[in-house]
Amino acid sequence: MLRLVIRRLLQLIPTLLGLSVLLFLWLNRLPGGPASAILGERATEADVARINRALGLDQPVYVQYWRFLKRIAELDLGTSTQTGQPVWDEFTLRFPATVELSIAAMIIAVVVGVPLGYLAARKRGGWLDVASVSGSLVGICIPVFFLAMILRGIFSVELGIFPSYGRLSTGIDATSVTGLATLDGILTGEFDATWDAIMHLILPAITLASIPLAVIVRMTRASVLEVVGEDYIRTAVSKGLEQKVVRGRHILRNALLPVITAIGLLTGSLLSGAVLTESVFTFGGIGSFIRTAIDARDYPVLVGFIMFIAMIYVLINLLVDLAYSLIDPRVRVH
Amino acid sequence: MALLSVDELTVTFGARGRESKAVDGVSFDVDQGQVVGLVGESGCGKSVTSLALMGLLPDKGVKLGGRADFDGNNLLTMSRRELRDMRGSQMAMIFQDPLSSLNPVVPIGIQVTEILQRHRGLKGEAARKEAAHLLDRVGIPDPARRLKEYPHQLSGGMRQRALIAMAVACAPRLLIADEPTTALDVTIQAQILELLKELVDEEGTALLMITHDLGVVAGLCDQVNVLYAGKVVESADRHELFAHPMHPYAHGLLESIPRLDAPRGEPLKPIRGSINDRIAWAEGCAFAPRCDYYTMECLTGTPALTEPAAAGHQVRCVNPVREPVEIATLDAGDATVTAHGGKNA
Repeated sequence: MLRLVIRRLLQLIPTLLGLSVLLFLWLNRLPGGPASAILGERATEADVARINRALGLDQPVYVQYWRFLKRIAELDLGTSTQTGQPVWDEFTLRFPATVELSIAAMIIAVVVGVPLGYLAARKRGGWLDVASVSGSLVGICIPVFFLAMILRGIFSVELGIFPSYGRLSTGIDATSVTGLATLDGILTGEFDATWDAIMHLILPAITLASIPLAVIVRMTRASVLEVVGEDYIRTAVSKGLEQKVVRGRHILRNALLPVITAIGLLTGSLLSGAVLTESVFTFGGIGSFIRTAIDARDYPVLVGFIMFIAMIYVLINLLVDLAYSLIDPRVRVH
Repeated sequence: MALLSVDELTVTFGARGRESKAVDGVSFDVDQGQVVGLVGESGCGKSVTSLALMGLLPDKGVKLGGRADFDGNNLLTMSRRELRDMRGSQMAMIFQDPLSSLNPVVPIGIQVTEILQRHRGLKGEAARKEAAHLLDRVGIPDPARRLKEYPHQLSGGMRQRALIAMAVACAPRLLIADEPTTALDVTIQAQILELLKELVDEEGTALLMITHDLGVVAGLCDQVNVLYAGKVVESADRHELFAHPMHPYAHGLLESIPRLDAPRGEPLKPIRGSINDRIAWAEGCAFAPRCDYYTMECLTGTPALTEPAAAGHQVRCVNPVREPVEIATLDAGDATVTAHGGKNA
């Protein structure tokens, strides 16, 4: 187990190195650059050259890359050309909001999706099956920003149940410990802040959950249908076991294996792709920051972010493998 | 009274208008402690019969007819709850492919103890001890270690032994074995048959043996029912059947067994055609298109089961075969001989 973890973490190094080379070559080919983004359309060539010199962009790519590697070795991601702040600080300021939102969305997707997929499969052809299959199709197809605006329009603007933007109401004085607003309130005992944060979280989380929920419902359904037809389920039934044992121990345990892989990949995509949801609800996560970084050709931020996401994917895959080896003895590592 | 009495069992698949009868009026009895064989080629309805008895056929798209009385209660009309209480404790089943019949992600131990907990109320240490005892009983060495292992860590024979341990865990009165040796290699087949024979002899369990392998029948069964296209075509005790097979199909099955003492170069004698070359039982004998003895009489409605020669030897044929089959080396008394000998003898 430990050897697997260490091996995977070591694998991160070549992965990230390869990715960084690709990134540098690619960014170098992009038209425009931070200088024209900073100075605007009417920048003189001299000004552009001055800024490029200041940012080190006048150097050949391999020199830039070498400098980048040296900085990385000192755990320095560089400075944002937009804000002038260290990239690392920008991330730690914004990433907790995205993490919180993604986790909340994933909890909704799993807690609702797995039972729904299971029931749909067991009542195949019934109204619940038809509703969840077509509902999940809608969930996949509906544009996220559109769903966000509908939900906000109904539940915050019309009905006024949930706040319509932000992470905390202005009157709330919350102490930040982890950056996760819901958790901070519990840690510091400021339960009103936790409650407020949860209320702010619900609509964005539902919005963000729509796609993973749809995927999980469909995968669970397909997987349960497959497992139910397996010989070992027939064996379990022939033993006269109670239905709850057949369902839990024999059907679900096997059916969830592919779903766990999907949950891992979906979590990765949520962390990197919550841009639209965050924008509509002005949630202040990393997504909207990255969007402006793309406009501004903020290379250090982009490189740092992409490397960061790559790292998260590798780590999530590692977690998925560990979870897999817990429930599937055939892939267990010793 | 027989322990299990199957009377005119029919199983129909498919929606109205496009139905197909997989089992078409099958009747047979299994007495306490008796071993009864259900023999036939693929598609003759023998597995469907066993699944119908265990209540393991799907609810949708399946229609059951006739009766199957187990200890006086009709299995076909039992509620799900009654069936659940019955399965595993009163009647148990052993399946064909031991690997796919075991849950790959649950340790063997739990798969054994769960049935002990369900029907005998054993929990924790007591259940584990009994499970180890059961594995030991079916000849699995080092049972304490095996209990913690998963199906993929066991050999094929060991897996089938584990499945047998589960089946006999609650001392059922009837054991149904659906081709339990098909997926195993020949030496292991012999061991598994030996084990089944031992369990039946010692516990007095009745055994319904579903097989296409006449070697298995010769070694194990007291009474044999030969199925063709969903109907019993011949029913006799083992010695009678092997000595005087009267239905051309049963005759052909026995003749098609390759013999070691046959002259060199003698061709094998298969039954021509396949089970798809058949006519509906309503029009005549389903076997007629493949039969060497067929006459126009065979096409005048379903032949009845009759006893043309010996009492208790029933044949569904208008022109029963009278010549015996030469089976020189097949010793109908010994499982070990037949299990390797069955196909070669």
